[in-house]
Amino acid sequence: MATRLQFENSCEVGVFSKLTNAYCLVAIGGSENFYSAFESELADVIPVVKTSISGTRIIGRLCAGNKNGLLVPHNTTDQELQHLRNSLPDQVVVQRIDEKLSALGNCIACNDHVALTHTDLDKETEEIIADVLGVEVFRQTIAGNILVGSYCALSNRGGLVHPHTSIEDLDELSTLLQVPLVAGTINRGSEVIAAGMTVNDWTAFCGSDTTATELSVIESVFKLREAQPTAIVNEMRNSLIDSYV
Amino acid sequence: MASNMFVVPQTRGTVLCCKCGISMAPNPANMCVTCLRSEVDITEGLRKHVTIMHCPECDSYLQPPRTWIKAQLESKELLTFCVKRLETDLKKVRLVNAEFIWTEPHSKRLKVKLKVQKEVLNGAILEQSYVVEYVQQDHMCESCTRIQANPDQWVASVQLRQRVTHRRTFFYLEQLILKHDAAAHAIKIKQMDQGIDFFFANRSHAVKFVEFLGKVSPTKSRHDKQLVSHDPKNNSYNYKYTFSVEISPICREDLICLPPRVATSLGNLGPLVICTKVTNNIALLDPLTLRQCFLDTEQYWRHSFKSLLGSRQLVEYDVFNIEVVSPEYNVGGSKYVIADAEVARVSDYGKLFYIRTHLGHILKPGDRALGYDLYGANSNDIELDKYKGLVLPEAILIKKSYEEKRQKKRGKPRPWKLKSLDMEVDESRGRANEQKMDSEYEEFLRDLEENPELRFNLSLYRNKDYQPSEMVSVSDGDDLPSVPLEELLADLELSEQEDGEDSMRE
Repeated sequence: MATRLQFENSCEVGVFSKLTNAYCLVAIGGSENFYSAFESELADVIPVVKTSISGTRIIGRLCAGNKNGLLVPHNTTDQELQHLRNSLPDQVVVQRIDEKLSALGNCIACNDHVALTHTDLDKETEEIIADVLGVEVFRQTIAGNILVGSYCALSNRGGLVHPHTSIEDLDELSTLLQVPLVAGTINRGSEVIAAGMTVNDWTAFCGSDTTATELSVIESVFKLREAQPTAIVNEMRNSLIDSYV
Repeated sequence: MASNMFVVPQTRGTVLCCKCGISMAPNPANMCVTCLRSEVDITEGLRKHVTIMHCPECDSYLQPPRTWIKAQLESKELLTFCVKRLETDLKKVRLVNAEFIWTEPHSKRLKVKLKVQKEVLNGAILEQSYVVEYVQQDHMCESCTRIQANPDQWVASVQLRQRVTHRRTFFYLEQLILKHDAAAHAIKIKQMDQGIDFFFANRSHAVKFVEFLGKVSPTKSRHDKQLVSHDPKNNSYNYKYTFSVEISPICREDLICLPPRVATSLGNLGPLVICTKVTNNIALLDPLTLRQCFLDTEQYWRHSFKSLLGSRQLVEYDVFNIEVVSPEYNVGGSKYVIADAEVARVSDYGKLFYIRTHLGHILKPGDRALGYDLYGANSNDIELDKYKGLVLPEAILIKKSYEEKRQKKRGKPRPWKLKSLDMEVDESRGRANEQKMDSEYEEFLRDLEENPELRFNLSLYRNKDYQPSEMVSVSDGDDLPSVPLEELLADLELSEQEDGEDSMRE
């Protein structure tokens, strides 16, 4: 189910929010509209957390995460780190990493099983990613761009990439990621996919400039039409409850 | 050395247009062309209707503020003009193509289809074509108005004069002017006594003509202007300019007695000389020593002199005997041989003269020659008197005469002909002058036949009316000099068109 919204008159919702299957991070805006849009969709399923990272609101581009963990850059303050650890579910590991390329959201595109990273990322960082997020890491480029995190939006069901990606590249990436991929645009022809939208397995949020065509492409590639949140989360809960009793 | 890297061939995929959803190749705007066109109109703000001024008399268009450009309908010049009128608009966009759309000539509308390119959105270049309509308004240009008001109005005139009794120079100049098209801008040409007047609509045309004359003949010129009207508010003045050009009276084949000053400055050239060639330099040949000298225009006018005897005073001589005295000399391109000759005037066989002549290479006993009769002439020249103790030769031969042979060919047309300028003749002259002119013209044509170097600068045309008669082959071995056919320009279809357009008649 794809929703169109704006953050303070900007259509780049992927910059100010981060959505995964287990939690959702939202930036602190002047009014509560942005937060309440997310809350109305997700409140009874996953926690929606208001936060900042290193004092900025561009949290979607600075951190990278999936249901297993969250990676934040080295300039995150201790209070923010503590706040995140407190608000997120216990099985989500929050880790601060020392990496020269500190905009982790632009450098890493990941879902719950596999991640694509910037080609110049440190070896250590790569190991941490594999460890904390529990994913297989591949260094790749998308349509000749090294910022894979910006030009690709990924979920466990499918992915949307930069419109200029060639067919051979699409095939290669699709084999690596094991999900169907499509090349398309967001927000009325913008090529920066991940900045314009944020997605998980059952819902997506796009900028309000997104045209109907683009929305239909998103809904079809991420298979959002038949997705029911409860089914997926219940799967998770079952494994959780197992450990209680 | 080629690198052995394996490069995967890249094929561009297709994306859906973000507006209409049709599949298309990705572009910077990521919208299909139709959607992009519906979004952005790059021709917004460009003029679609323009007014232009057209002069119906001379078919030209006004380029403000003052230039009139002559152009035919649907021509390249007209297209350039139309695009130039839109210059300010076309600074905002890039022009790729322009072409005319046909309109009825009477509708007074011109339609031009322009294809322009402009950058829109994020780097996508959009190409769009649009039509501009030009409304043509009729408005006479200044030159046409002036001509309409007074067709004989001239602004500059060149008065060309030569103070001699014959018109040979002017025949030759006429042919030169035709060859170089120097009088193309003249609005009227008038033949006067001892000269020709040329009238121009523009002072610069007159100046150009005067310079042309200076290059082909030794001239001296002066100019004046006369105020016609004056606009005190504008401080603009209308003048009539007159150029007076005088050609030196020295002609080819003239016998000249040089003033002592000039003779010494030329290295003591014998005071009696023959003029062999006149262009903007005068070539003087001493017949007794075969020395040739050149006089510059400036040099001539510094100490000007007149000729002693002119070609009118040539007398026929019969050559009885020739004795070659010197070997063949090549003087300035022509060969001369000094010889002693025994001659007598045709009119008076009683008196024999023993003279020295420079024509030893062509004269043979029994020939006729033309020369100056110094024995019988009564020379009244001041310069001659200055030389004390100068012994004048009794006769100086100038050229060989072909008169007898010409008698046989009299009346037969020549294989070549000349064009002439359209001149107004002063009618007050009378019959006698006309006959004189005709005989002079005939002599001029004969001159052309005999002298290839004279023909060099002119254009001769083939005479279509000439049929070579069978009798020619039977003529005697010593032929008349004539113009070889190779020198003639084939005067093909030009003649039909010319009658209407130029001011030339055959």
